[in-house]
Amino acid sequence: MHWWLPQQGSTFAGPIDGLFIAILIITGIAFVLVEAGLIWFIVKYRGPGRKAFYTHGNTRAEVIWTTIPAVTMVALGLVSNHYWVQIKGRNSVPANAYPIAIHAKQFEWQVTYPGADGKLGTADDFTVRNQLHLPVGRPIVVALSSEDVIHSFYVPQFRVRQDVVPGMDIKAWFQPTVPGRFELGCSQLCGLGHYRMRAQVFVHTPEEYDAWMKQAAQEAKQ
Amino acid sequence: MTSVAATARVPHAHHDDRSFVRKYIFSTDHKIIGIQFLFVSLFFLLLGGVLAMQMRWQLAFPGQPMPGGGILPDTMAPGGVILPEYYIQLVTMHGTFMVFFAIMPLLVGVYANFLIPLKIGTHDMAFPRINMASFWLAFAAGLVMFASLFVPDGAARAGWTMYVPLSARHDYSGASLGQELWSVSIILLGLSSILGSLNYITTVINNRAPGMTWFRLPLSVWSLFITAILGLLALPVLSGAAIMLLFDQVLNTHFFDTTAGGQALLWQHLFWFFGHPEVYILILPAMGMVSDIIANGSRKPIFGYHSMVFAIVAIGFLGWIVWGHHMFVSGMNPTLGSSFMVSTLIIAVPSAVKVFNWMGTMWRGNLHFHVPMLNATAFVAMFVIGGLSGIYMAATPVDMFIHDTYFIVAHLHYVLFGGSLFALFGAITYWFPKMFGRLMSEPWGKVHFWLTFVFYNCTFFPMHILGMAGAMRRIYDPTQYDFLKPMQPMNVFISISAFLLFATQLIFFVNFWYSLFKGKKADLNPWRDNGLEWSLPSPAPHGNWETVPTVYRGPYEFSSPQVAEDYLPQNRKLPTDREPASAPAAVH
Repeated sequence: MHWWLPQQGSTFAGPIDGLFIAILIITGIAFVLVEAGLIWFIVKYRGPGRKAFYTHGNTRAEVIWTTIPAVTMVALGLVSNHYWVQIKGRNSVPANAYPIAIHAKQFEWQVTYPGADGKLGTADDFTVRNQLHLPVGRPIVVALSSEDVIHSFYVPQFRVRQDVVPGMDIKAWFQPTVPGRFELGCSQLCGLGHYRMRAQVFVHTPEEYDAWMKQAAQEAKQ
Repeated sequence: MTSVAATARVPHAHHDDRSFVRKYIFSTDHKIIGIQFLFVSLFFLLLGGVLAMQMRWQLAFPGQPMPGGGILPDTMAPGGVILPEYYIQLVTMHGTFMVFFAIMPLLVGVYANFLIPLKIGTHDMAFPRINMASFWLAFAAGLVMFASLFVPDGAARAGWTMYVPLSARHDYSGASLGQELWSVSIILLGLSSILGSLNYITTVINNRAPGMTWFRLPLSVWSLFITAILGLLALPVLSGAAIMLLFDQVLNTHFFDTTAGGQALLWQHLFWFFGHPEVYILILPAMGMVSDIIANGSRKPIFGYHSMVFAIVAIGFLGWIVWGHHMFVSGMNPTLGSSFMVSTLIIAVPSAVKVFNWMGTMWRGNLHFHVPMLNATAFVAMFVIGGLSGIYMAATPVDMFIHDTYFIVAHLHYVLFGGSLFALFGAITYWFPKMFGRLMSEPWGKVHFWLTFVFYNCTFFPMHILGMAGAMRRIYDPTQYDFLKPMQPMNVFISISAFLLFATQLIFFVNFWYSLFKGKKADLNPWRDNGLEWSLPSPAPHGNWETVPTVYRGPYEFSSPQVAEDYLPQNRKLPTDREPASAPAAVH
């Protein structure tokens, strides 16, 4: 059992977790103030037999408790947007990102690798089912397409999620930071096999990745 | 319908010679229609709960035979073991029944019908026959949806949000008739809601009693009025989308078929353009009724009445420009995501204002914790959690991580159960005497409240932690994923809490039915409240008033220094009160 966010596996995990913690602090303060206030009032002003204070409100108090949330929310929006643009913005994909194509269908992930030339759409591309191999420390751009219904590409450790929509070509990018084995899950209900639509994710050191690539390309040719 | 026969006991000045069928079945009386909605939606609430229990069994004990599951046919659960295709039907139909046939009609069908004419001081709805048509359309919709559980290849199975193309093409979902019946039912329900909303809006605008100015309306009426406007504008969008979906399903049109030029995201835009106002349809009436109950339970005027009204209006307006926050990772243009994030964060402000004003109402009050007040206080405490957890998913980068996880499931249940359903337990108990002439049991109400409060939190709070661990929604067997295997004890804990939560609701049902026949008889005004409805006999007679009352003040004059009692009804004339200059509108 773990009680916190998953291991951090990509460059996005830092800022996203930071934002999560910032919101946890803001909402934590609001939560404690409101619930403690409620309990305090419940205990202190419990009737019957008290004389209730006849009042219809207090403009100053209401202005204060309208302004504070408003300012906090706008500030949070600005900070969030800063990271959002870095992650999903139109021009956010780094120019040197390593391309991989992922085609989703009920209920599997077909991963196409660029082969030795590092380019998709050339003769040395090859496809592997339900295995996503990635080099560590390098931006990756995945081109997502779907055969049938909407699926969703989700690797919790990378903090990356992107719906895969039929009829659309959607690119998502991320940069793995630690070698290891993770899982890619479908996080959009896609039919009766939704629960088993998963793939293994292997993040390799660059040398390991090159070795795997040679071997996998060989196997794919046979 | 024997339960409502209690109404007949009340002597009333003019003889009521309507036949049994006109009085209790094809009735145009807004109170009977409200009560009809109550019985039907409580049935669907129970049904939705039964479906949820089966899901919780599968999630805690995947692949093990469910106790009592032997009665299900082999197409659902052979030997009591739930099949994946049955599991996603459970997911879909639990959401569908709870949203469309339990919470929404309980809040709007029951209380807009029952309360609006009583609280604004009129004899009935502006269009009583349209009102009756609205109930029977909703009933037909419920019947169609219920029937879809029993068709050969099973009920709809694309989630209550019915994302296309999964829902549009039978070869993708594996269901045909079930999917089509879902569309038909939603079209009927949309029609019903449109008729109902028209009626509520017209009635509030035109049929207020003399002296019942806009700013003397109880907040329950304000929230039901704004809800009706949302319903009138949102439901046609849903019905229109459902008609397109049905055409795709049966006529081979291609609105949503991406292999023939259709658009997958079109459905999501239409659905959530309806769906987010719908979220507020599901909470605003609860907020309004909670406001009434908290002022009563605190024996104090509502704190900041005007800002409460403006907050309701602001939520109603902002609710139209936030739908894209359901679509941050859908493939929608990310720049749109930025603007939807900002509007979504801003909608937290009127919600916060409401919470602070409820606390302000309780501050220095004379708190009476009767069962409605307990539930209303729990509403505030739980709505805060549901509201605050919404901020996490409003922030787009965080949403990318928690979208479609159990964090969302936790959030929506904190708003819908912790919010709306607690408010409803309070509202049902509160207005029960005015509906049926008897009070629900106070001790059993308290037992039900405390057990519900504990098991509810044990059920839904841990889902936040599951979501933080990355647990996806709508997964038939979470142990398929290595990273979720360690979380399985938490699923077992949640399921056991959910079973206890469900069992606790039987206390409510027994209390409800027992009190209908054997409950303590209620006087006119058992809660010592100010609303106009409390000047009528319990239960309120057909036609409500002989002559409509005159209103001299707002609805929350508790502990006023003008009178010795700690309440001051809206229609009680004090020597200092002047008659209203003119009736605000024609009163029939």
